[in-house]
Amino acid sequence: MSASDHLIPVVVSNVVEVNPIIKRFEFKHVNGDELPAFSGGAHIVVEMLDDGTKRKNPYSLMSSPFERDQYAISVRRDDTGRGGSKFMHEQVRPGMQMKISAPVNLFALDLRARKHLMIAGGIGITPFIAQMAQADKLGVPFELHYAARSVSQAAYMDSLADRFGDNVSCYCDDQGESVDLEMLLSSQPLGTHVYVCGPKGMIERVVETATSLGWPAAHVHFEHFLAPPVGEPFEVHLAKAGIDITVGAEQSLLEAVEASGTPINCMCRGGACGQCETVVVACEGEIMHNDHWLDEEQRASRQRIMPCVSRFRGKRLELDL
Amino acid sequence: MTIQFKDESFRGDFTYANSPSNIPRFPFPFPEDEYMYSTNIEPHHAARAGSPFENAFDVDEHYVAEMKDRALVLADDPGRCQALPHMETAGWDFLELVMVSKARDYPDLFKLTMDGDRWHWINKPLQIDDTFTFGDSSTLPCHPMEYIGRQVQGDHAILDQRDGNLWMDAGIITAQADWSLDFDIGMNFFEWHAPVPLAHELGVFQRALKFLLTLPQGQPSRRLNWTLTVNPRLDTSPENYPKWGPDRMTVTPENIGEKVHLRVELQTFWRLPRSNAILFPIRTYLMAMNEVVTQPKWGRRLHRVMRDLRPELVEYKGLSRYHPILVEWLSQFDDGAPTSPGIFPD
Amino acid sequence: MGPATMSESLIEESILSRPTYGTLKIVPGLAHYFLADASGAECVIRVVQELPRDMMEKVHILYVPTPGEAALITSLYALGATRFEHFPTIEEAVAKLGDWLSDAKMGSQLYLAGTEGLVGQGVAKGEECGLDHTAVQCEHRGSLARRVQCVHCKTMIEDVTTQPVKCPSCDLLLLVRDHYSRRLAAFQGVCINAEDPSEEIEIKEVFK
Repeated sequence: MSASDHLIPVVVSNVVEVNPIIKRFEFKHVNGDELPAFSGGAHIVVEMLDDGTKRKNPYSLMSSPFERDQYAISVRRDDTGRGGSKFMHEQVRPGMQMKISAPVNLFALDLRARKHLMIAGGIGITPFIAQMAQADKLGVPFELHYAARSVSQAAYMDSLADRFGDNVSCYCDDQGESVDLEMLLSSQPLGTHVYVCGPKGMIERVVETATSLGWPAAHVHFEHFLAPPVGEPFEVHLAKAGIDITVGAEQSLLEAVEASGTPINCMCRGGACGQCETVVVACEGEIMHNDHWLDEEQRASRQRIMPCVSRFRGKRLELDL
Repeated sequence: MTIQFKDESFRGDFTYANSPSNIPRFPFPFPEDEYMYSTNIEPHHAARAGSPFENAFDVDEHYVAEMKDRALVLADDPGRCQALPHMETAGWDFLELVMVSKARDYPDLFKLTMDGDRWHWINKPLQIDDTFTFGDSSTLPCHPMEYIGRQVQGDHAILDQRDGNLWMDAGIITAQADWSLDFDIGMNFFEWHAPVPLAHELGVFQRALKFLLTLPQGQPSRRLNWTLTVNPRLDTSPENYPKWGPDRMTVTPENIGEKVHLRVELQTFWRLPRSNAILFPIRTYLMAMNEVVTQPKWGRRLHRVMRDLRPELVEYKGLSRYHPILVEWLSQFDDGAPTSPGIFPD
Repeated sequence: MGPATMSESLIEESILSRPTYGTLKIVPGLAHYFLADASGAECVIRVVQELPRDMMEKVHILYVPTPGEAALITSLYALGATRFEHFPTIEEAVAKLGDWLSDAKMGSQLYLAGTEGLVGQGVAKGEECGLDHTAVQCEHRGSLARRVQCVHCKTMIEDVTTQPVKCPSCDLLLLVRDHYSRRLAAFQGVCINAEDPSEEIEIKEVFK
C-alpha cells in the first residue's frame, strides 16, 4: 500500500521559469476542490506519461502547508538522469492534466524542537520553504543557511529574505562564501534539531560535523533527493503473482512492478526508507544496489533488493512479489 | 438516519443493554474457530451497510450515554486526557477529521459549516452549538483533542511519528481495557506494548509498526481486538481496578449470560495531515453473553475459541477466575456444526 | 577505606519498556555532564581519570553521596572538573542538572551512573531540557530498589525493595510491575488483591 495507489487529478495552473535550470510548477485540483493539508517537508509523487513510459517521481512541496488551493513544486533540470526532470521542463504546460499522490512526509520537523536549524544546498531549498512557513506559524525559532553556486542560482532567496529577514542567510560559491559548519553547529542551544537537504557531499559533511561535535543522531535529519539511475532493460519473474515483467532502461524496478498491477509497498521511492525491501527468491547474475538501506552483508547475500533504485544484470532474477 | 439514543448506565446499576436490532451489527471479533494474535489489519473503507464499518466514526444507540460516562470519568480523574506540549496541531487534525466525517455520514445529527477559519459546529444529540476559529485554541473551551474527544465514542490516542517509531504523546482514554494513559504517555510503540505476552516474539508489533509508519493520508486501516468484561462497564482502567476487580469474583453459572460481556475494540488508524501523526481510535463495543448467543454461529464459535484459548492469553486478558465456568456455559450453544468463515452472523 | 570493590549491574534483560543499561564511555562532545550517586561514583572516576588535562574544562560533575561518606567526594573532587557539586538528595542534584543544562549547547553529553532511580530521573531531566534520551549514557550500579508510581493515587514511592509494596498514601497493596515509564522514571504499581481484597499476600524483599 502506498500513497501513489490513489492519485488526485490536477491541472497545471502555472509554470514559472525561476532561473535557467529551475522551473516551478503549480497544480490545482481539476474540480477546484481543496487539496489535502500537509506538513512541511512532505513530497508528492507526480505521475508522468512520457511516450508510453509511466514514471512516478517524488518532488518536495514548497508551497505553504496552509495553502489548500494549490501546490507548488520546483524541479531542477538534470539531463543526465532518466528523463523525469527533462519531461517536466519540456513537456509540462499550463492547462495540462496530470495525476499526483497525496502528500507523504519523510522529512518532517521534530515538533518537540526548541529551534529548527535548516541547511540547504541548491534545489534542496524546496522542503525548507514549506517548513519555514510552518515553523513561522507555530512561532518556533528557526534559521536557514542556504548554499548556492551563485546569486542567480539561489532560487527564492529574495522572497525568503523578505519574509524571514535575519533568519535566512545565503552563501554563494562564486563569491567565495560558505557555511562555517563547525561554528554553526557548536553554538546551538540544547533542544535544537538540524535538518539538511542538498547534494550528497553536503549532507555527508553536515552529518559528520554534527556527529563529531556530539550531536545525537535523533537530532540530525536529512533528506536525499535520490533518483533511480538509468540502466539496461532487464526481465524479472514475480513468484507470487506468477508473471514475468520487463524493466525499461529509464524505468525503475518499482515502477515496472507497479505498472504490472502487482502490490508492492513503498514510500520514499529513493532507496532510503526501507519500505520496499523485497526478498529475492532466485538470482543468477548481479544486483546493482543503489540504495542507502541494506547493509554490506545483505547486499552480498543477494537475498534482498530495494526495487525503487536498484537494478539487475544477468540470467535470472526472481522476486517474492 | 434516526437513532434512538438510550439512557443507560455503565456503572452502578448497569442498565446498559443492546436493542435486539443492534445485536447483529456487533463487530464479533473471531473470523474463525480459533484465536491467536496476528497483525490482522485491513483497509477501513465503507463496507456492509448497517455494520460498524460503514462509516468512518460509527455512531450507535449508546452514543449519548457513553459521552455522559466519559464526562463522569474525566470529572473524577482529569489525567485520563493528556497531551504533551507538541501535540496541539495533531489535536486540530483530529478535530477536523471527526467533524468532517460525522457531518458527512450523519447529516441529521451533526452539522459543520466553514467560513474560512471560522467554523460552526452543531452536535444535536449532545445539544452543542459552537463557533470557533480553526487552529486557535483560545477559541475553544479546552484542548482541541479534549473538545472533540468528548463528542466521539471510543478512546483516542494520537501517536507522533519520529525516529522510525510511533510515540503515544496524547490521548483521551476513559474506556480502556486495563492500561494507563498517564503511565504510558511518552512511550514508543514497543514500550507501551511491552506487557503483552507472546506477541513480541511472533513479530506482530514489528510488522504492525512498519505498516503504520507508511500509512498514507486518506487510506485508513482497521483491526479488531477483544477481551471479556464482567458487567457492562466501560471504565476498566488500572486506576479504578479496586472498583471493578471484585466484579470478577461475582460470576456464577447462573448469571454468566447477563454479567459476562464480550468486549470488542474496533481499532482504526488514520494519517493526520498537518502533524503527520497517526490517530488511533479504540472504539469499544459491549455485548452480554445472552445477546451474543442469540446468533447461533457466534454461540458455536465463541465456545470453541474460549475452550481452546491459550493459557497465557486467559491470564493476560484477566479471565482466569471464571474461564472454566464460561466454557461450560457456552458448550450448550455448540452442537459441533460447522461455522461459516468471517465475522458476520448467518 | 580502600577503593570500593568493582560491583556490576545485576539487571537482566527485562520487558521492552524497561531501559537497558551499558557502560559509560567518553564520546566526542562540547561538554560532558556527569550525575552519579555513591554506587555509580566509581564509573565516573573510571572514565574521567583517563581524560587529558585540557579536557577537564569541559567536564561538569554532580554527585549524591551516601550520608556520612566522604572518601568518594574527595576522589571526585580530585578529578579536577571545571564544576563539581554535591547534594544530599537526588531531587536537588537533578534540579541543579536542569540549571546547568539550561545554558548548555547541542553537543553536550550526559552520563548517568548509579541506581535506577537516579539514572531515570537524570534521563527525564535531560529530555525536559531538550536532550533526546537516546543520547544519554546510563550505567546501573548498586541497589535494585525501585521508584514505583501507584497507579491508583499517583503517589511516587521511593526505594521500594519489596514485592508487593504497600502504598503509603492510599494503603493499597501494590504489585510492582516491570512495566516502566521513562517520563515518570518509575515502575508501575497496581493493586495486587483488587479482585479479592481478603487475599493475603506475603511481602518479600526482592529488589536489593
